[in-house]
Amino acid sequence: MSPVDRSILLDARALARALQRMAVAIRELAPDPDHLVLVGIQRRGVELAERIAALIEKDEGVRVPRGALDITLYRDDLETVGPKPVIGETRLPGNLADRHVVIIDDVLYTGRTVRAALDELADFGRPRRISLCVLVDRGRRELPIQADIVGLKVETAAGDRVEVHITERDGVDEVVLVRGAQ
Amino acid sequence: MTPVLGKDLIGLEDLSAEQIRLILDTAEPFKEVSERHIKKVPALRGKTIVNLFFEASTRARISFEFAEKRLSADTVNVATGGSSVEKGETLVDTARNLEAMRIDMVVIRHGASGAAQFLGQRIRSNVINAGDGKHEHPTQALLDLLTIRDTHGRIEGVKVCLVGDVLHSRVARSNIWGLLKLGAQVAVCGPRTLMPRGIEDVGVTVFRRIEEAIEWADVLNILRLQLERMERGFIPSLREYFRVFGVTVERLERAPRNVTIMHPGPMNRGVEIDSRVADGPHSVILSQVTNGVAVRMAVLYLLAGGRPELADAAKRGATD
Repeated sequence: MSPVDRSILLDARALARALQRMAVAIRELAPDPDHLVLVGIQRRGVELAERIAALIEKDEGVRVPRGALDITLYRDDLETVGPKPVIGETRLPGNLADRHVVIIDDVLYTGRTVRAALDELADFGRPRRISLCVLVDRGRRELPIQADIVGLKVETAAGDRVEVHITERDGVDEVVLVRGAQ
Repeated sequence: MTPVLGKDLIGLEDLSAEQIRLILDTAEPFKEVSERHIKKVPALRGKTIVNLFFEASTRARISFEFAEKRLSADTVNVATGGSSVEKGETLVDTARNLEAMRIDMVVIRHGASGAAQFLGQRIRSNVINAGDGKHEHPTQALLDLLTIRDTHGRIEGVKVCLVGDVLHSRVARSNIWGLLKLGAQVAVCGPRTLMPRGIEDVGVTVFRRIEEAIEWADVLNILRLQLERMERGFIPSLREYFRVFGVTVERLERAPRNVTIMHPGPMNRGVEIDSRVADGPHSVILSQVTNGVAVRMAVLYLLAGGRPELADAAKRGATD
């Protein structure tokens, strides 16, 4: 087995600062809390949305509704998702009409997940506006999709992997770049 | 990499406990899809599915059709009454014609045991058995398993008794396979003439009296008494059957615990089941119907995905 080149892009403290910046940026983007909804994409986007919502609540005393979106059934590659697809829970808070939905995800890469998320949200109603907020933008888009808020931007090669670990799922807060994986 | 369920779903006898659990777990998120305002996801968009029903069916056909449509597949229903042509020949011809129209999946119900497997071996499309003769009815057993898991939180260790015509029942056969594989305790109860010989050998308890079954069970899955059986002399009369084996409120009141009541439908009220039991507080018969759509969506979804020849592409596209 060849040695893999792992580098830490964000450690726990840097990740916490990034989330804090993202929380502030969301409030600037969507000053009216009554219309804001944070929707995390399964799986780690859901926990990140919870964290950001908690930060907004702590700083400003407003409770932001949050939801979870699993886009598995909206993927454009059903036959290639592998033999054991795992479909997570989708739960959205009430009617999305007239809301400003901020999609939260851990990594923005090809853009296909976001494309699927936009399609799925459209089946739940017609939000006034949809924005995209990601922890890491690793570039190499395959669709014309850009994030409104980015925690960390990093240049990557096709064979690289960006791993986001969060305490709730992985026992540790960090973002790791694995060079030339696979 | 092999596909998770293989090409076809013929019966639960062929599946591992892990595969059965995967189907049940996959069904969970599909329950939510049916609760949405827009009850449709694009997962099977562009897939063509033929529902080939050689035997009468209302519930199963509608349930499959809803499952297919909620996954955005295009569906065609073919219902054929009894045909004078010899059955094997009809099936082969039908299969060849379907293949020529470039379909992706076939859901088949047929009066002959083995028909689904026969078809699956002759066409490239996925085949789902919606009941073949006295052999299996896997999606019915899967929805029964899901309903038991919903009501009891688990399947392992739950005491389930199948009541009635076990001998002729593909529902019973599939249930017994699934329940045993998932670690339930399984019993059967019914007239001696309608019990398969040697069933004790696979680890199934046999109760001769319904009172004993009720005392033992957490769940009663009450099979439909197929009325044509009476004409063939398996039971003396419907009234007699209800008197001896009917599941009634009076009998259930003597049970040491609340017994969950299941029935695959269609029910003969007043024959195998008392109306007050069917509509009673422990009946989950309509939950079974709701779960049927979710389980069938899960099966269609899993069979459509994970093709081995595309596994390499999967590795490339799986993470974004």
